[in-house]
Amino acid sequence: MLLARHNRRDMTDRPLKVLIAKPGLDGHDRGAKVLARGLRDEGFEVVYTGLRQTPDMVVTAALQEDADVVGLSILSGAHMTLVPRVTAKLREAGMTDVLVVVGGIIPDDDVVELKRAGVAETFGPGTTIAEVAEYLRANARPTA
Amino acid sequence: MAAGVKAAGASQPDATALVDAALAGDRLALARILTAVENRTPLAEAALRRLFPLAGRAHLVGITGPPGSGKSTLVSALIAAVREQGRAVGVIAVDPSSPITGGALLGDRVRMQAYSTDRDVFIRSMAARGHAGGLASTSTAAAAVLDAAGFDLILLETVGTGQSEVEVAAAADTTVVLEAPEMGDEVQAIKAGLLEVADIVVVNKGDRPGAQRTASQLRAMLVAVGRAGAKGAKGAGAGAGAGAGAVRPRPKEPEVLLTTATTGAGIPELLGSLDRHRARGHEASDTPARLARAEAQVWAILADRLRADLHAPAIREATAATMREVAAHELDPFAAADRLLTELRVPDPRR
Repeated sequence: MLLARHNRRDMTDRPLKVLIAKPGLDGHDRGAKVLARGLRDEGFEVVYTGLRQTPDMVVTAALQEDADVVGLSILSGAHMTLVPRVTAKLREAGMTDVLVVVGGIIPDDDVVELKRAGVAETFGPGTTIAEVAEYLRANARPTA
Repeated sequence: MAAGVKAAGASQPDATALVDAALAGDRLALARILTAVENRTPLAEAALRRLFPLAGRAHLVGITGPPGSGKSTLVSALIAAVREQGRAVGVIAVDPSSPITGGALLGDRVRMQAYSTDRDVFIRSMAARGHAGGLASTSTAAAAVLDAAGFDLILLETVGTGQSEVEVAAAADTTVVLEAPEMGDEVQAIKAGLLEVADIVVVNKGDRPGAQRTASQLRAMLVAVGRAGAKGAKGAGAGAGAGAGAVRPRPKEPEVLLTTATTGAGIPELLGSLDRHRARGHEASDTPARLARAEAQVWAILADRLRADLHAPAIREATAATMREVAAHELDPFAAADRLLTELRVPDPRR
């Protein structure tokens, strides 16, 4: 309760904008929706884009929304293909300051690779929404 | 305040560079300006001052209606139809902010994926951030930015509305009110409020049972009744207002259309209706909607400036003390307002 009130005060000036996207073909977006809702309750402005996004769609949405954070939810196992494409295209588009995080089941070896590709953090099963929120607040750098 | 002044000074060159880039077609620069506008930063004012003279060319269309009536799906269908004509289209989609946490879930993009990578489609979600009229307080300014950037059609999608969120009518040149089938009887159609500000009423989900009936009920109540009322007051032509005295505002006579946004049925007819309404309104720059929009913008800035002045370091404490006196019922709110205006040395025009 105390935490929630503290967060709220932090958020009054300028809520952080988080884009939640599901790249690729898996159709399981319950987790993404629960996180979107949870971050809403943590005071974030969450843009949810829906299922089956190509990397281009994710990057265009992040750009048009001027997102502070891009959260990719992937459960299909295709993260090594899709995530580096998203981070590369974000850089190409000039979005070098956006914080990219990935949620899903990511093997430890892959985490190292993904971080090398520009992912700031990955969140596996069992992560609480409060943990994600705290991480985003500490690490996102708002553009304006 | 010193920090604020410094920031304003520092942001001036940034604003120029950003505006130049945005006008040259840099979409990230455009997005950054919209962020500044949304957050009401000093950069936003500098950018808007440069962009405002370039705006005023686009057709601003408000899309409003109850939650779940199909606003986002209709916007998506309109994007498809407008892109076939080769026109660039901007969308500002507003969803509500939480009154508890200030957070928001902006979900309108989910329905607008088909054209999401088209360069001539720009979709921006906005949280209402406590603003109550159906839009965010900065939506009109955001629309002006897209207008100046060359988007020919700008769709302003409101939060899900009820009966009285009529603000969009001032923000847009043409207001489309969506209804879903079987949402109410004829009495609902003759209540004052949202339906009154419609230039076009769309009964969406036209493939559902009862859609035709809903449309014909709305037609009967809105169009026929509007006409009967107008006949009595007829004297001059279309609101020329030549006669002195009481020129009573006349109800609009909205077209009532039937669409199925998911299949695209009825969308070409809607687009045709929008274009006709635009042609009628564009001849004069002093249409009621444009004047209302101008007034709303200036009043909002006046109120902002007044508030900022009253919180300036020199008189911040005096302002707070006055508020406390009102809270304690030692001073009435009218006397408080007079005192604060005197404090600012605004000459009272009544004296």
